[in-house]
Amino acid sequence: MQTTKEIIKLKDITVSSDGEQVLSGLDLNISDGEFVTLLGPSGCGKTTTLRIIGGFVTPDSGSVFFDGKDMAKLPPYKRPVNTIFQRYALFPHLNVQDNVAFGMRVQGKKKTEIRETVDRMLKLVNLVGFNERRIDTLSGGQQQRVAIARALANNPRVLLLDEPLAALDLKLRKDMQAELKNIQKSLGITFIYVTHDQEEALSMSDTVVVMDAGRIQQIGTPQDIYNEPKNAFVADFIGESNILDGIMHEDYLVEFFGRKFPCLDTGFDKDEPVDVVIRPEDIDIVPANQGHLTGTVTAVTFKGVHFETIVDFKGFKWMIQTTDYYPVDSIIGIVLNPEDIHIMKKSEYSDMFGDYSSYSDEFDELGNPEVDLTEDTAAEVEE
Amino acid sequence: MMRSKTAAAPFALWMTLFTVIPLGIVLWFAFTDEQGQFTLSNLSSIGEYAGTFGLSIFLGAIATVICLVLAFPLAFTISRAKGRKQQTMVMIIMLPMWMNFLLRTYAWMSLLENNGFINQFLRVIGVLADGQSVSLINTNGAIVLGMVYNFLPFMVLPLYSVMVKIDNSVIEAAQDLGSNVFQVFGRVVLPLSLPGMLSGITMVFVPAVSTFVITKLLGGSKTLMIGDAIETMFIGQGANYHVGATLSLVLMVLILVCMAITGMVDKEGEGDAA
Ligand SMILES: Nc1ncnc2c1ncn2[C@@H]1O[C@H](COP(=O)(O)OP(=O)(O)OP(=O)(O)O)[C@@H](O)[C@H]1O
Ligand SMILES: [Mg+2]
Repeated sequence: MQTTKEIIKLKDITVSSDGEQVLSGLDLNISDGEFVTLLGPSGCGKTTTLRIIGGFVTPDSGSVFFDGKDMAKLPPYKRPVNTIFQRYALFPHLNVQDNVAFGMRVQGKKKTEIRETVDRMLKLVNLVGFNERRIDTLSGGQQQRVAIARALANNPRVLLLDEPLAALDLKLRKDMQAELKNIQKSLGITFIYVTHDQEEALSMSDTVVVMDAGRIQQIGTPQDIYNEPKNAFVADFIGESNILDGIMHEDYLVEFFGRKFPCLDTGFDKDEPVDVVIRPEDIDIVPANQGHLTGTVTAVTFKGVHFETIVDFKGFKWMIQTTDYYPVDSIIGIVLNPEDIHIMKKSEYSDMFGDYSSYSDEFDELGNPEVDLTEDTAAEVEE
Repeated sequence: MMRSKTAAAPFALWMTLFTVIPLGIVLWFAFTDEQGQFTLSNLSSIGEYAGTFGLSIFLGAIATVICLVLAFPLAFTISRAKGRKQQTMVMIIMLPMWMNFLLRTYAWMSLLENNGFINQFLRVIGVLADGQSVSLINTNGAIVLGMVYNFLPFMVLPLYSVMVKIDNSVIEAAQDLGSNVFQVFGRVVLPLSLPGMLSGITMVFVPAVSTFVITKLLGGSKTLMIGDAIETMFIGQGANYHVGATLSLVLMVLILVCMAITGMVDKEGEGDAA
């Protein structure tokens, strides 16, 4: 982040396959040494974006620049990037150490250097003693770590990581997150990291790129993305959000639920319809007679640190995270301070997200293994 | 254990009837004389066929190498093609195999003859004068051509069946790690195709070495391959089952030796890449 020298630039990239638009008008500038994360739901074009940078997909239009030079004519093997593939793509005919040594052998490095690097890399990914193991005798997580070691051993300037930790259990994933972040910092490598785990994206990255349906929805620091989501999609995808229809009467004044609230946002037209985002953890619960709004509790779930409380306000259900317990059917009031309210322009995503009316625990992805299984990451574990 | 034994019974019976017993009969003929007495004289008379054996193995090996060189890129291209296109290409490779072997070879005969299609064509375009002809038929080249044409699918199909299992992402990974086309080929595609290569070599070399139809139709009476020698020992006037059986036996041993050598080279290649 400190260096502002641009290393990779994607300019107006468009890709379609079988008549379907996979990426549309993608613009992205990446600085040397930056940790950039592409975040978005399955099928939004994250892998395709990496493949364009790696040289495996030629865009229909638009250009890729590396150090200011157009890479269009550069085949993958000449590009100074290495990839950790979503499906590992390890060489089945080689054992662990030969997989890791592959890139160095191709470059004709010295035997002693190769051996030394292989051992260092295996240590890094916690696979000491696995040198001679055949790939098909490794677990999914072990294979994933071999893939990480293999890409790092090539000492690339830019590393493309396609969900590199998806197959690991929580503890190993946390360890590897820290390890990857360490490697990235200490070696000064630019990381372009793909994940659909928003927590991972927020905790590791310098810059988060939120994508949906082949378009970039927002680029920003993790704090920006969380605190100032640009539209309902981003607000909903990053964390939990209550999203309501509102009218922006003038700067610093918004109306929703028939009541005017002071807020911190400016720059909208007079009486412009807007989306109002209120994060569940920002809402203060007070006795019913003291609140700006009053509602009825319809569901409560204990989440460890807090209670997830669903409250019905005139037929519109909000999620509120609170450390206090309010039983179902209790009537509560809420207070909204200006800094708790975030205003967004209307977008194609308006009215699609942010209502917890149909909310139940089934939609809680983290808590439900069945939802996880539908993600292709889980399928890969079985491979 | 019991179940698998019962299931294997028909196979064991088949093997006994059609492999073990015939092999026993061949052995018996090879080591006896007309009176049924044990003898090694058949074996010692094989010496005069050394040249025939040599030529057979030589031509068979050339045909096998040509098949391999042609089939490798072909099989790889097919294995990378998409869906229907791939199926169509496999069909086209197999199509000639559905036509009678003799018919195919006769077709080549009429192409290569002195008054065949190719020579006539050369005369029409003026490369050859009237009455002149290039001798295409009745040459070793024609035999090799016949072998390659007839046995190419047997090289393509096993190669294709292993190559189709090579994941594209593995090839991309090799490129990503800095391999150019040749390095991708040598370090990834070739080692991963070795099993298919081995069975392809076997499936081409064995019938090529022992063929007699191709030699007869395309090689004329000049060239004698070991298949022809064996044939004359079983059919016609000079027939001698004992010498014929010995020739078959020696051919079998030679092929086994060749296969063992190929297998060893393969193993070494694998060890090298690892
Ligand atoms: N080779 C291909 N041929 C046709 N369509 C493709 C191809 N590769 C990707 N697509 C399509 O492009 C879209 C984006 O795919 P991509 O793999 O980039 O998604 P992703 O964001 O990486 O998703 P995930 O999180 O599931 O890995 C998808 O709709 C996919 O079906
Ligand atoms: Mg992907």
